[in-house]
Amino acid sequence: MLNKIFLLISLFMVKTVLSQDKPIVFKGALIYTIAGDPIKNGIFTVQNGKIINIGPEGSAIDPEAEVVDVTGKVIMPGLIDTHSHLGGPDGGDGSNPLNPETRAIDAINPTSDGFKKALAGGITTINVMPGSGHLMGGQTAYLKMREGRIIEDLLIINEKGVTGGMKMANGTNPMRGNGGFPGTRAKSASLVRELFLKAQEYKIKIEKGGKDSTKLPERDLRMEALVEVLNGKRVVHFHSHKSNDILTAIRLSKEFGFRMVLHHLSEGWMVADEIAKAGIPCSIINIEVVGGKMEVLNLSLKNGGILEKAGAMVAFHTDDGITDSRLFLRTAALSVRLGMSREKALEGLTIVGAKIMDLSNSTGSLQKGKDADFIILSGDPFSVYTKVEQTWVEGKKRYDITVPADKAFLTGGYGVYSSDRGEFHHHDGEEDEEGN
Amino acid sequence: MKKIQLIVLLLLPIGLFAQIAIKAEIIYTVSSSPIRDGVILIKDGKIKAVGTAAEIKIPEEYKIYPSKIVTPGLIDARSVIGMSGAMNVAADQDQLEKSSPIQPELRAIDAYNPSEQLVKAVREFGVTTMHTGHGIGALVSGQTMIVKTKKGTVETVVINPFAMLAMTIGPEVSSNFSSPGTKAKQISMIRTELFKAQDYLKKMSDKDSTKRPTFDLKMDALSKMLKGEIKALITANKSVDIMNAIRLSKEFNFKLVIDGAAESYLLINEIKASKAEVILHATMARNDDDMINMNRESAMLLTKAGITVSIESGYESYVPKSRVILFEAAEAVAYGLSFDEGLKAVTINPAKLLGIDNRVGSIEKGKDADLVLFNGDPFEYTTNVTSVIIDGVVEYNTAP
Repeated sequence: MLNKIFLLISLFMVKTVLSQDKPIVFKGALIYTIAGDPIKNGIFTVQNGKIINIGPEGSAIDPEAEVVDVTGKVIMPGLIDTHSHLGGPDGGDGSNPLNPETRAIDAINPTSDGFKKALAGGITTINVMPGSGHLMGGQTAYLKMREGRIIEDLLIINEKGVTGGMKMANGTNPMRGNGGFPGTRAKSASLVRELFLKAQEYKIKIEKGGKDSTKLPERDLRMEALVEVLNGKRVVHFHSHKSNDILTAIRLSKEFGFRMVLHHLSEGWMVADEIAKAGIPCSIINIEVVGGKMEVLNLSLKNGGILEKAGAMVAFHTDDGITDSRLFLRTAALSVRLGMSREKALEGLTIVGAKIMDLSNSTGSLQKGKDADFIILSGDPFSVYTKVEQTWVEGKKRYDITVPADKAFLTGGYGVYSSDRGEFHHHDGEEDEEGN
Repeated sequence: MKKIQLIVLLLLPIGLFAQIAIKAEIIYTVSSSPIRDGVILIKDGKIKAVGTAAEIKIPEEYKIYPSKIVTPGLIDARSVIGMSGAMNVAADQDQLEKSSPIQPELRAIDAYNPSEQLVKAVREFGVTTMHTGHGIGALVSGQTMIVKTKKGTVETVVINPFAMLAMTIGPEVSSNFSSPGTKAKQISMIRTELFKAQDYLKKMSDKDSTKRPTFDLKMDALSKMLKGEIKALITANKSVDIMNAIRLSKEFNFKLVIDGAAESYLLINEIKASKAEVILHATMARNDDDMINMNRESAMLLTKAGITVSIESGYESYVPKSRVILFEAAEAVAYGLSFDEGLKAVTINPAKLLGIDNRVGSIEKGKDADLVLFNGDPFEYTTNVTSVIIDGVVEYNTAP
């Protein structure tokens, strides 16, 4: 199934590899590599889309290189948003609460204005997901914020050989109570368990059949996707707010042995020890005030700090349009406001997200050989006064605040964002179909 | 009201009214230059003195609150908190009555819930006064009120029970009602109602009391607006809707506050000429629907052009259920507004717009002791509010 996507992507990759660029050296910035201690007045070199060197002040500079003076600025890895709805990712429809076969890539508009928002916010990698109105919303898409006209231009194949995860949700959003959708929490869990039991059987048949096509079961799109989940290739991104729902998600992942990341976790701070003990990574969002729906009445900006202290891995997400991609640094700063360490908050914006998406070999920190995904900031990452000045994706400058057409996507204004080119989410209270 | 206040005063533990002194590295008074190494003395709920530590001696019986930064209590220029609750279920959503598009008789005081957890939430981010009440989405959704965010009953927290009439022009109205379905119909319906109110007002002033019409709640509320006793708070975001609001205010000669005002930066001359006041949408509001052309630099652009800007939390239908003006002002500052103007946009500017600047909006002798203590730059993401004082009572405190 994925072979075709592979082929398309490799065709595009050939093009970039062939063009040998001049090295570019960024000199004088405070560099948060995330892989080690910050480097003051560092020398940071990129070429052909990759990081080719990072050194301290006084490191040798390639005489062939173009040197950019960024004295006084801050350089850090491009931000990784582990949960977003930019580009209009559909999953399942109202016909079924469980939709492992539906793919976000079949819906996303790669030319969406939303991706300009992400770039203005310093985001270079995004996990674009279907909404949480289903127990299983469908396959998510891992995207790089490359320039693109078609989805394959943006799509990433990760270290497990897949281009996304699997969106799941529990709690009230998928509890529609009609049309085959669950009306209670227990029913929600039982529907999921029934599906995974089937998938386990299917997986055994596939393994027994091996290369003998006569012994293989009939192709089943739903089961094929779930086999990828069961064999650990495709990670489950599990939307869960309340502490009991979080524990149910952990129970399900243990029963069927699927790899999982917990998302949102409004009450994560109440069961932080259990989350940490289970070794489940977290992807959290920060909302300033409680409410909007019953499940988030206990959310707290202390979540990040408490999860960190418990020993859990914590990444952040925008859930755009719940929070705005242009304010992603702010999300992590709000955790620092209430007790999270600066170090772990920076990791939560970068390398933890990369690990969660099985992309940490190529992005999420500034290390020799990794993709040249980085941002240049005017000051401290956690200050309200700091601006993302430049966003680079695989060695290409994709956003520059000094270019008025780019800056417009930061501020907005007349005709900057268009309803034709964007898929902005609408949230109308309880009727919310997307159910983010 | 007086009696109720008296009873409440008697019931409160005496300790709450202990005399308080605030020591601060910087006091942003808003009314004058910041005071370094400053002191504020609070007595009987009012500011008794403000000045430098050298000028003001703290009497022995005063309890001292040391802090880094002090600002006036923040004033939310337009909210629906207390009418709209955090749970977001029918039981706590009283901001919009959909039985009819024009209901000026609906009073905010009959619905406001001072114990709503969103009130507590914004109080802990420094909001001490709110202009709240009926919501966005009807031609006239009802009345608004001004309250302190302190604990109490509506009677003990209210400053002005009927501040403005909440009105909306734009697509939101047509999505809530089968009619009006168009912009032209919206304006014609408002004009029809206001002509009736003009007529009512005229007949009511007849010297012969037998010729006066029977008292009408709806007409009475609209009459107050036509007489200039209260302002019209018209939510309008698209430039065409903003111009419609201005045209209406000219025709009926009412005091206009343009709320939301997403495209106001396109109409700077027109707004200035109209003398309308502006409450600007949250800086972080979502740029969709009739807000698609919103500009995060609007507060800066309008202020530079000489239009006084107040920043609101506004209304949110989902998560987050409310914006917080502390953060919205911070973003306005990040997008070009000066620090001083950013602070004014959530203190003295809304105080003037709401007609309560004799009591709140700056740190001056004789004003209500509404103060926010911070452990750093109020607008920084990583700064915390450490104490909130309302009418001289410490309503929130994180210090030991």
